[in-house]
Amino acid sequence: MPESDRAKEQPSAAQDCQGAPRSFGNAFPVLNEIRHALQRFVQTGEETRIDLSAMPFGPGDLDRLTDWLGTGEVQARVDALGPTRVQETAIAGVWLVDYRNAEQQRLTLHLEVASVPEILRPQPQDLADALTQLDARLEQATGTTPLSS
Amino acid sequence: MATPKRPDKTLGESLRAHGLSRRGFLKLCAATASMMALPASMVPRIAAALEQAKRPSVIWLSFQECTGCTESLTRSHAPTLENLILDMVSLDYHHTLQAASGDAAEAARMTAMEANAGEYLVVVDGSIPGPDANPGFSTVAGHSNYDILMETVEHAAAVIAVGTCAAFGGLPQAKPNPTGAMSVMDLVKDKPVINVSGCPPVPMVITGVLAHYLTFGALPELDGYGRPMAFFGQSIHDRCYRRPFYDKGLFAETFDDRGAQEGWCLYRLGCKGPTTYNACATMKWNSGTSWPIEAGHPCLGCSEPSFWDGGSFYEPVSVPLTANARTLLTAGAAGAVVGGTVAAVAKHRVKKADANRQPVTIEELEKKL
Repeated sequence: MPESDRAKEQPSAAQDCQGAPRSFGNAFPVLNEIRHALQRFVQTGEETRIDLSAMPFGPGDLDRLTDWLGTGEVQARVDALGPTRVQETAIAGVWLVDYRNAEQQRLTLHLEVASVPEILRPQPQDLADALTQLDARLEQATGTTPLSS
Repeated sequence: MATPKRPDKTLGESLRAHGLSRRGFLKLCAATASMMALPASMVPRIAAALEQAKRPSVIWLSFQECTGCTESLTRSHAPTLENLILDMVSLDYHHTLQAASGDAAEAARMTAMEANAGEYLVVVDGSIPGPDANPGFSTVAGHSNYDILMETVEHAAAVIAVGTCAAFGGLPQAKPNPTGAMSVMDLVKDKPVINVSGCPPVPMVITGVLAHYLTFGALPELDGYGRPMAFFGQSIHDRCYRRPFYDKGLFAETFDDRGAQEGWCLYRLGCKGPTTYNACATMKWNSGTSWPIEAGHPCLGCSEPSFWDGGSFYEPVSVPLTANARTLLTAGAAGAVVGGTVAAVAKHRVKKADANRQPVTIEELEKKL
């Protein structure tokens, strides 16, 4: 199933209700927070994570914020403990990371200001293990130990 | 039920042995940070701590309660994660969830207490008939709630009072308190007591406190009522999405007027948000779908002491005499200050009420009848 169809299967509570979401004015301050975070990232390289699920949003506030941020070019999905959907916003360097469990329920929704969201990067311990793993496969295929060559 | 003895593996080792990838672990940490109401920037620190964590033994005691707190826990909005969290603690005794019954159940509690002396956590839901009350008001396996509590906490690391009954006496302690109900902190004086109040508490707050202990091996920072600051540090009013309407002086006057339809502030309909400290506004209920105020109903203030005896749920919270009504209703930027003052006055009133508590015996009740 295409990713876009999957997303449609999980409408937010606000989308379930009839009518356009009402604005409670709580999304706008977060947009300013993102502005400051992006400025810090551009100037110093400092990354920022904002837990959107911990925001006191009213119905429609989250939809308004994501509408403001728009949709960028990159989408990614990580399958570990259920799906995690990563979506670049139309603002470069601003990402939405939607952590869901196997039942598609949202665990938390983060907004990351970074070049690449943390969950997409290979973990350092995994990189070390990867070298050993690849050596083992080479050895199996060629019968020689790569490190000794 | 898990085996009472604490496992030797750390959490990181145990999860990897179960095939969880490091990305999965990172995701778990992100969800855990959210659950503990910690900033997302704490995720790397949580990952480092959880990697080395060892799951604690937990003994869950149920006294004068309605099982609503356990119902709440089991309806936590991230079941897979909750299962993982339940796997992260060794839940060695819990009336509703354990398979064992009778002598075997009590034996499991004793075994867990012996094997983990000084390290286990005791979770209590429900209030306790005090030492002077008739022990027959509530018993488990023929023993009074009071005796079981004192015996179990003797070698515990800490006690977590889950729900308003355990934390503050709750419904059983409401006037005229026929069973002489007392809270855990009324009775346990020599162990740290963490109050996770609410009727019931937000599911993720219960698991969040357990996750905090698992992650950092220490108790969270507490407020004046012994509640974790991360969840109870701010009032409902301060975190309410309807707060901008309060600041503008826009209030619903009835449940079906224009204000109610437009989602204005519910203060005049009796909302106890200004005097209530809880995490409902951000963690919400029913899989994060909504919460009472979002559903159009005022907050009842269920996480505060003596909320059953606090007067009508539909009367506005009392206003301090020093702030006239006009000031309050057009408070604007001063809203937070007024809200804080109301809260402080209410807390003082509650403390005074607590000091004057008069347990009533059945004999006295019968006389009145």
